[in-house]
Amino acid sequence: MSDFKIQIERFGYAYGNETALRNITLNVRRNSILAIFGPARGGKTTLLRSINRLTDIGEPGTHSGRILLDGQDIYAPGLDVASLRRRVGMVFALPVALPMSILDNVAYGQRLRGVRSPSRIQDLVQQSLEAAALWDEVRDRLDAPATSLSGGQQQRLSIARVLALEPEVILLDEPTAALDPISTAKIEEALVTLKRQYTIIIAPHNVQQAGRVADDTAFFLMGECIEAGPASQLFTVPRDQRTEDYITGRFG
Amino acid sequence: MNRQLSQRFAFGLLWSAASATIIILAIIVMFIMVQGLPYVNLAFLTGGPIAQGREGGILPAILGTFALGALSLIIAVPLGVGAAVFLTEYTRPSPLTTIMRFGTDSLAGVPSIIFGLFGFIFFVTRLNLGWSLLAGGLTIALMVLPTLIRTAEEAIRAVPVAYREVSYGLGASRWQMVRTVVLPNALPGIVTGIILSFGRAVGETAAVIFTAGTALNIPTSVLSPTRTMAVHFYILAVEGISLPKAYATGAVLIATILVINVVANLLITRGVARAVRR
Repeated sequence: MSDFKIQIERFGYAYGNETALRNITLNVRRNSILAIFGPARGGKTTLLRSINRLTDIGEPGTHSGRILLDGQDIYAPGLDVASLRRRVGMVFALPVALPMSILDNVAYGQRLRGVRSPSRIQDLVQQSLEAAALWDEVRDRLDAPATSLSGGQQQRLSIARVLALEPEVILLDEPTAALDPISTAKIEEALVTLKRQYTIIIAPHNVQQAGRVADDTAFFLMGECIEAGPASQLFTVPRDQRTEDYITGRFG
Repeated sequence: MNRQLSQRFAFGLLWSAASATIIILAIIVMFIMVQGLPYVNLAFLTGGPIAQGREGGILPAILGTFALGALSLIIAVPLGVGAAVFLTEYTRPSPLTTIMRFGTDSLAGVPSIIFGLFGFIFFVTRLNLGWSLLAGGLTIALMVLPTLIRTAEEAIRAVPVAYREVSYGLGASRWQMVRTVVLPNALPGIVTGIILSFGRAVGETAAVIFTAGTALNIPTSVLSPTRTMAVHFYILAVEGISLPKAYATGAVLIATILVINVVANLLITRGVARAVRR
């Protein structure tokens, strides 16, 4: 099996006439954290959404090139999009608690695929909440409405909800954009632990976050991948002037 | 005029408009209640009419009203909510959806007497259903469909897009997403539409006389002709049979609608939301 969990090959994406991604080629190593960073409108969100085909909903655009998950083209005709999304979970920038109980939120994905056994659900919910560093705060009130949680808790709930799918890849789109520093630290710690089991791609909130959590990094600008490589190399000796300018804060 | 004065003026104007509507409503309800309630008693509620309603009670009309209202909703709610879900979740705006929306809006503007005439020609005579609960129910169902579709559509549109994305992101099929996220959260709005529709169904006269008839017997099947409270009220008043009995019927009708509103709001929004989510 290839070392790469995900291979993105000359991938492009356009909404109508507006090109969001241009000729992206990028490999994601198994059990690593890849951080895609860069200024706004660089195509980070579009790339993340393309990897589990959330771009299909709403007003879909058109893609070119390929994205391979374990060597399989995720845009192949006849592919089951629902099962792709179970393998590749997504955490959004704004925490969203579905208006149901904490337990129902975490169990949501498994129930969709028909898992009914209460003991299995209970185990999964506990494991997922533990892995997302939320269990201790909610263990006594799993039946409480999830909307009663704070923003930081709701975002960890979102992560637990994805973990409960038992996915292979986790995508996080600026998961700490709406959070305070303490919640942010909790989520970053959880991510570093999680990469033992999962392959993670994150669009970090800022360059510092990329530095704290990422093994590999890719710098995106105006829909193009300017430079990609190990975080240690990209942050210390960037090859491209634009990358250096962005990292050192000359624009962005 | 300075800012504070204009602010006060606007507030006063809007406040008067709001209070005027409530006062007018209160006067109408009070008037009917004062005229009718003294004649409402257990015998009136549980007895059959005697001498075309000059004496006796209105039990057949009460049962007929509930039967007709329930039947028309049983027909219209699945159709209306289904159409609303289809228009909002399963299609993108296209000439076809524009035509469908134009169709439902036009339907909303058609006078009820036209629905009655259509129901009489098509359901009563053509399909040979006769004057019956079924013919009446089908006719009223068509009549309330636009209201149901519109209110359900508004309610569905108000469900945050973020919920849909989370649901899809967790591997939901479109229908699973609709069933677990859209419908439970749109339910209060849908229920409002159902209550409005029930109100129209029990308050309708013209279309009902044409299609469900004016029989004074207790309906025994969906093919029985029947008479609703609104029709009974109308006939008692217009044919000068008994004004007190007419007002009494009106009082019961108003109380019925009030009770249905309250009960539906309590029961359905709480209970069904939980059931659908499972």
